[in-house]
Amino acid sequence: MSLDVARIQADFPILTETRNGNRLVYLDSASSAQKPVSVMAAMDELMTHSYANVHRGVYAIAEEATARFEAARRSVATFIGAGDTAELVFTRNATEAINLVAYSWGRANLHAGDVVVLTEMEHHANIVPWHMLAAEIGIELRWIPIDDEYRLDLSSLGQLLDGAALLAVTAMSNVLGTVNDIPPLVAAARAAGAAVLVDASQAAPHMSIDVQAWGADFVAITAHKMLGPSGIGALWARRELLEAMPPFLGGGEMIRDVRKDGFTTNELPWKFEAGTPAITEAVGWGAAIDYLEALGMDAVHEHEQALTSYALAALADRFGDGLTVYGPRSVDLRGGVISFLFPEIHAHDVSQVLDEEGICVRAGHHCAKPLMKVLQIPATSRASLYVYNNEADVDALVEGLSKAEKFFSI
Amino acid sequence: MDDLYRDYILEHYRRPHNFGVIDEPTASFEGSNPLCGDRITVQLGITDGVVERVGFTGRGCAISQASASLLTDEIKGKPVADVAALRADDLLDLLGIDISPARLKCAMLSHETLQKALAETDAASATPAPEGSPA
Ligand SMILES: Cc1ncc(COP(=O)(O)O)c(C=O)c1O
Repeated sequence: MSLDVARIQADFPILTETRNGNRLVYLDSASSAQKPVSVMAAMDELMTHSYANVHRGVYAIAEEATARFEAARRSVATFIGAGDTAELVFTRNATEAINLVAYSWGRANLHAGDVVVLTEMEHHANIVPWHMLAAEIGIELRWIPIDDEYRLDLSSLGQLLDGAALLAVTAMSNVLGTVNDIPPLVAAARAAGAAVLVDASQAAPHMSIDVQAWGADFVAITAHKMLGPSGIGALWARRELLEAMPPFLGGGEMIRDVRKDGFTTNELPWKFEAGTPAITEAVGWGAAIDYLEALGMDAVHEHEQALTSYALAALADRFGDGLTVYGPRSVDLRGGVISFLFPEIHAHDVSQVLDEEGICVRAGHHCAKPLMKVLQIPATSRASLYVYNNEADVDALVEGLSKAEKFFSI
Repeated sequence: MDDLYRDYILEHYRRPHNFGVIDEPTASFEGSNPLCGDRITVQLGITDGVVERVGFTGRGCAISQASASLLTDEIKGKPVADVAALRADDLLDLLGIDISPARLKCAMLSHETLQKALAETDAASATPAPEGSPA
């Protein structure tokens, strides 16, 4: 493997701690990733030496803070292949980025009867804002189904997109691990005259992405899944769209002028950044991106592909058909998110047993209830891999699962 | 782990008491755990203000199954007023284990569902019975 995991682990203080005498085996990065010291140090350093509000003061530390904040924006933009920082709007998280699109672009552009096409593998963050618009203005939602290899079933894509105004799709499923090939989806949507929103919350942390090569209109990302702090995310969108869109939240920062009889909006991207932003978090996110870039996103991806192969093989070896894995079998089609279930043992009970061993996995519906309904299960356990995981972590998972299986066997 | 999954908890999980549907229930409610999407249905057969019969169906984790098993045992044969007065703490006492905040919803699913089923009975007795019996 191309990453030196031992060295990486040393950068993550929490991973060197023990619980109940066990080393912490963190397998829930798809939910939120751990943070390296460099991220904490960057945030600490800003607050210790250069903290002030941004874009307001004319004193030195205010200028320093503003420079650091805007430098973070450049880092994020470059990281995802955005050419222009005006197209990168900071939000609270990916959820807010998608809500921004639904609220601002959606309300200005969609009308009763207009169609928004989603997929059955979307996270609630890319479903509920569209349900809210459906309730408000009567748009119609259509769903791209999944096939029995847990990929998007594109056999009726043309029909689904026929007359659609928007395709909103995840680049990688947070339950199945499925990686969706975005450019052909964008091409099909374009041909149908639909705009495209890509939820890159799960893809951006794990592979090199290029929003311009995708050709999408809107891309949502979130810092905390990519080694950065919680509380900040971003919406990338094409400039023409952002310029035409009405503002989202109103307040300070997003205005150029306010009078008793109205207001005018600020330039991009600040037009969509009302109020004091997550300044320290932006700086932390910039440091997270520096960390990932130092590792190299290709190396990160290669490492995770290899580890995912190892994990899938280890689970199949040990449990065979006794454990159902929900996701594509081939690592060419997927990332390191592995959902699984013993048919007779509840996901909660499995995670509880694993927790005793210091192994953190998620159990539940993973904010993808429509997908759970399609899979006809209430919940799965999910192990997800990142830069600091290695084969020893996977081995610990397999041993922990064996314990759970024995413990709950009827 | 053995603190949570005591032998009697596992026993109730493996062979839950009162599992199944009952004939002609006078009240029935399906509750769900928002955390994991588990669903259980509690059915009551109330005669002369007493819970004569009770059954539950649905699958869940060991904690929610054991809790439903213990709770349904507890209420069988009791006056409705006593059953309605059962508090969450009473069920925790019945379970006799320390439940972490994360698992509290699992433990309480049967209790919440039971209370809703009872509320349905109240509503039904307060208003003229609709055609057929409520299911
Ligand atoms: C695919 C996907 N989309 C959106 C989100 C929402 O991210 P956030 O909670 O940071 O807004 C998540 C995170 O759980 C996710 O996995």
